[in-house]
Amino acid sequence: MKGRVWKLSDNIDTDVIIPYKYKARSIDPKELAEHCLEGIDPEFSRKVQKGDLIVAGRNFGCGSSRDQAPIAIKASGISAVIAESFARIFYRNAINIGLPAIVCKGISKETNEGDIIEIDLGEGTVKNIMTGKSLKADKHPEFLEKMLEAGGLVEYYKKFGKFPWE
Amino acid sequence: MQRTSLIDKELQDKVLSDQGLTFSEKILSLKRSDEPGKIALASEIMVAKVDLAMAHDGTAPLAIKVLGELGIKRVWDSSKVILHIDHTYPASSEHIANFHSIMRKFAKDQGCYIQEGNICHQYMLEHFVVPGMLVIGADSHTTTQGSLGAFATGVGSTEIAAVWASGKIWLKVPDSVKVVFDGRLPLGVYAKDLILFTIGKISSEGANYKAIEFTGSTVKDLSIDSRATLCNMSIEAGAKTGIVEADSVTKEYLTSLGREVLVDVHGGKEAIYDKVVEEDVEHMEPYVALPHSVDNVKAVREVEGIPIDQAFLGSCTNARLEDFLIAMKMLKGRKIKKGVRFIVTPASKSVYEEVLKKGIMDVLLEAGALITAPTCGACVGTHCGVLGAGEVCISSSNRNFIGRMGSSESKVYLASPATVVASAIEGVIADPRDYLR
Repeated sequence: MKGRVWKLSDNIDTDVIIPYKYKARSIDPKELAEHCLEGIDPEFSRKVQKGDLIVAGRNFGCGSSRDQAPIAIKASGISAVIAESFARIFYRNAINIGLPAIVCKGISKETNEGDIIEIDLGEGTVKNIMTGKSLKADKHPEFLEKMLEAGGLVEYYKKFGKFPWE
Repeated sequence: MQRTSLIDKELQDKVLSDQGLTFSEKILSLKRSDEPGKIALASEIMVAKVDLAMAHDGTAPLAIKVLGELGIKRVWDSSKVILHIDHTYPASSEHIANFHSIMRKFAKDQGCYIQEGNICHQYMLEHFVVPGMLVIGADSHTTTQGSLGAFATGVGSTEIAAVWASGKIWLKVPDSVKVVFDGRLPLGVYAKDLILFTIGKISSEGANYKAIEFTGSTVKDLSIDSRATLCNMSIEAGAKTGIVEADSVTKEYLTSLGREVLVDVHGGKEAIYDKVVEEDVEHMEPYVALPHSVDNVKAVREVEGIPIDQAFLGSCTNARLEDFLIAMKMLKGRKIKKGVRFIVTPASKSVYEEVLKKGIMDVLLEAGALITAPTCGACVGTHCGVLGAGEVCISSSNRNFIGRMGSSESKVYLASPATVVASAIEGVIADPRDYLR
């Protein structure tokens, strides 16, 4: 997986990712994506391109339990979020809906907006193509890795007829 | 059958008497389904049987859709699935009304419990939760329910759909943080001030993935209303759950509502904690979290005088009877500052009824408050108190993120109900202590 970086700070919360007023109106991923990260950059949904990546600081996705937050990010075209750390509910939700949430210590300092990053989930590495610097990413537990490979919880269940932890 | 329950009883006695296990390790050991009988230790990933699985109108419609995509026709146990219509109630638009209809139809088809017009966490305390339960809720503030000695944590819609399908959830057994509050609460200082102070100290990720156990002499004297405030805001430090172990206060509360303890779980004396935070509350004062993060905490006296447009007394954090009794005491014979909207939203119908019966409603109305039906409303910026660009609100709720209560150009200050009321009277952020003497 390779893509262009959108750089975000620490403590990006779910109200900024997708405010409740939009979430209350719709569960349609496309409609949610139109307002993704509106609180930080009202133009984000128009500027983001398919395959882009988010690199963020600590505690990404803190706040509410809304699945609509990772759904909005994924539907906007982002293919993975790499962060110093994630809030726990966002981390679970992201993987459940098939958006890779990758913990990579030190990534914030090693990345600038617009850099190209290459992720190797199998190897557990994140490489900045611009600087050549490679960092170790935390590996997901095996059952979550399988869920991600399938494309999320629903896709896994459809394929195997059981939940990944069963 | 008898044999199974004998083994269960044996395991229960063994787990409950183990002095080396935390509250979370004990309760999750008892719920374990992947390797029944194996002790669940911190950091381990395990699968647990769920006692209650709830969702609300912000999360249930998507969960119902996901359940359909999974091809699941029936929930695992309709008596354990609870739906709440509370986030935007009554519906403020056609879109939302349609979501509510989807929930009502689902509840009818599945035969599961649905309620409307009470904030979910308050309703769960009033009607369902007992000590020893594992409660999973599609809402981050599910931690509130730990105030009755349960392990209660929040998940998203997809995950709750999987729980509805299977009755189980995977969990990483959390490390635990012990927060000890000792001493008598000074005048004007409440559970909200304790938790704001603590979050300010440990930060908004200070307990990420961990369980917070609240204990100490101060906590022992707190009502369930106040304990609920502590556990509610545990998530604002990133916690997986917030817990106050059951004691005589819990049992009295349950008895008054006709319920009983399921399992009386207490952390072992030799259990290992990731962190212990000890606070002498006698040195504390009223606090406020400044925009736009919950850990941006200062003493009220440091920010006194900031003009407000709206004061909000509501939400799952602070809109219980105890909060209204404080408001009544402060507002008797006083008026809300002209030009300030004082919006009051009781947490449940039962709280609303008590507010009426005790004459609190009269005092609030005379002072100039606007009382709404129970709803999450203003706290999540959907209706009944949405903020416009440039507006400032002081709120008894739990989050002050950009755009949380409306415009991304509005500002939210979080404080105790007492500080909210004092500010409503003065029209600026104000110290409540002057009104409590």
